[in-house]
Amino acid sequence: MRNLSIFVLGGAALLALPHGLSFSQQEILVFLTLNILLVSSYRLLTLTGEWSLAHVVIMGVGAYASALYTKELGIWVPVSILLGGATAALLAVFLSFPLFRMKGFYFLIGSFAAGEIIRLLWKRFRDPFGGAKGIKGIDPMPDFSIGIYDFDFFEPVSYYYLSVAVVAVCLWILWRIERSPVGLTFHAVHWQDRLAEASGVNLRAYRTLAFSIASGFAGISGALMAHYVGTINPTSFDVDLMVFVLTWAIVGGTATFYGPILGCVVLTVLNEIVLREMGFEQLRPLIYGLIMILSILFLPKGLESLVQKLASKRPGKGTPERSPAE
Amino acid sequence: MLDLLAQTGLNAVYAASYISLIAVGLVLIFGVMGVINFAHGELYMAGAYTVVLLYTDLAVPFFVAVAAGLIFVGCLGLAMERALFRPLRDNPLGGLVASIGFLMILQALAVMGFGVRMEHIPPVTQSVIEFSDRVRMPVARLYVIVAAVVLLTALWVFLKKTRFGWALRAAAQDPEAAALQGISINQTARIAMFIGAGLAGIAGALTAPLVSVNPHMGHSVIVTAFIVIIVGGVGSLEGAVVASVAYAIVHTFVTTFYDGVIADIVGLSLMLLVLIIKPTGLFGSADRA
Repeated sequence: MRNLSIFVLGGAALLALPHGLSFSQQEILVFLTLNILLVSSYRLLTLTGEWSLAHVVIMGVGAYASALYTKELGIWVPVSILLGGATAALLAVFLSFPLFRMKGFYFLIGSFAAGEIIRLLWKRFRDPFGGAKGIKGIDPMPDFSIGIYDFDFFEPVSYYYLSVAVVAVCLWILWRIERSPVGLTFHAVHWQDRLAEASGVNLRAYRTLAFSIASGFAGISGALMAHYVGTINPTSFDVDLMVFVLTWAIVGGTATFYGPILGCVVLTVLNEIVLREMGFEQLRPLIYGLIMILSILFLPKGLESLVQKLASKRPGKGTPERSPAE
Repeated sequence: MLDLLAQTGLNAVYAASYISLIAVGLVLIFGVMGVINFAHGELYMAGAYTVVLLYTDLAVPFFVAVAAGLIFVGCLGLAMERALFRPLRDNPLGGLVASIGFLMILQALAVMGFGVRMEHIPPVTQSVIEFSDRVRMPVARLYVIVAAVVLLTALWVFLKKTRFGWALRAAAQDPEAAALQGISINQTARIAMFIGAGLAGIAGALTAPLVSVNPHMGHSVIVTAFIVIIVGGVGSLEGAVVASVAYAIVHTFVTTFYDGVIADIVGLSLMLLVLIIKPTGLFGSADRA
């Protein structure tokens, strides 16, 4: 009963959220929603202990694929978004052959190289990727009406509702995957790789699985972005955004499911809304950098550790979320 | 054709010089402190802006400005070591995030101090050495080459022949064993950071009149430096130099005969290839990962 009421209240809050905001803040909200999916899918990969620098480019693969499917093949947008995710997942399977010969730091750098190569290919080949200018005039989501609400996808509020629905479903799937035996094996691959291997777990296969699932959801997030913005180009998916994803995950903490989401929400709100409203336009990167440094120095286990501390101080509220790894 | 080859070769030598200055610093920092300094490109940028401030705006002689760039950026490195990397020594991802944060701060400071647009720096010298009609080497580029050769030789002597150098290499090989031998890890970290950052600073200072100086100039440099240190083998100074030369040759020739984007793709593909075939790089050892 309590769970249900939390669910209803949370849902109502999410529905009401965009109405108190300005137009530009509503747009930021759409991106925030998509970025939550991006960073949560990233966490699935980090469960196996690997940190990739290609995640944003793979998100771009989903975006480019979906944009091209609608443009060149005339596929219906909602289907092509899913196909974009599938393409990203498939590409990840291919990339895993060279990349998972490496581990740790080498994987980090190797994935960066692979991502940059993909990005430079978009930049170099005008047909079909449109070169440095990218793809313009991507088909928007077709408008539709559900009786009580007309979805007009040029409105950020409508697109926000759509993204919240899609992202919620994706997050639920990611959550189920993490809680499933497969997800537990991901943890084992990270923390007990020798033991897992000795127990007959195919480490490489599970790394590839995590990489492709994470990439698939990143692709969906990218495809959703492409059909909202209407224009994508190689710089939309450059290393700057990757750095943000990395810091959301690290500042939030990756031990829990909500850690990266928390990092993403807190840092985005701080950066895009608080600092902008305070008129620190030029100082924004400086303050953002300071916040990153301070949080890594003083909260090395991420914002999630703060939540856990607060939760454990209040008795009777139940034990805080723990990952099986701890 | 021969002219073109000779000219491209000279361009490659110049590129190899400043790339190796930057990459060797990055390798030194990684070797001794075990942290990937993402802000290394911005240290290079800081060196270039030192020259903008002193030489262009305050009319200080160029070489004084370059020396100031070396010292100023070296001190930035010391500050990073003390404030960021030392507290985060046991947290490699933490060092990464902190250096990204520092990078954003340096970029923002450059934007605030100098604006986003490209700086115009009056040429230090107009003289050009002409080998033939179409093969020429601007003297300003020669400065970079000479500086790279001198500084890297000096570093090599320092590392191989002096007690500090031994301590540094010992700390890079095995910090714990080195500490047990009475080598101060903080001291070696300071030296490595000062030298590493200083090399990036002097590379930026010397190339400032030759490249477009802007707050985001560090980005392409850091990508190149990463490629080079991976190909050379993470933690190997000799490898970094050899890989810088190889990369510069490949990149310059592909740029000349195809275009810059293809050259970037070729460079990254080579790096990926090296990672696949020999993940520790051409000169790397297996232990440090």
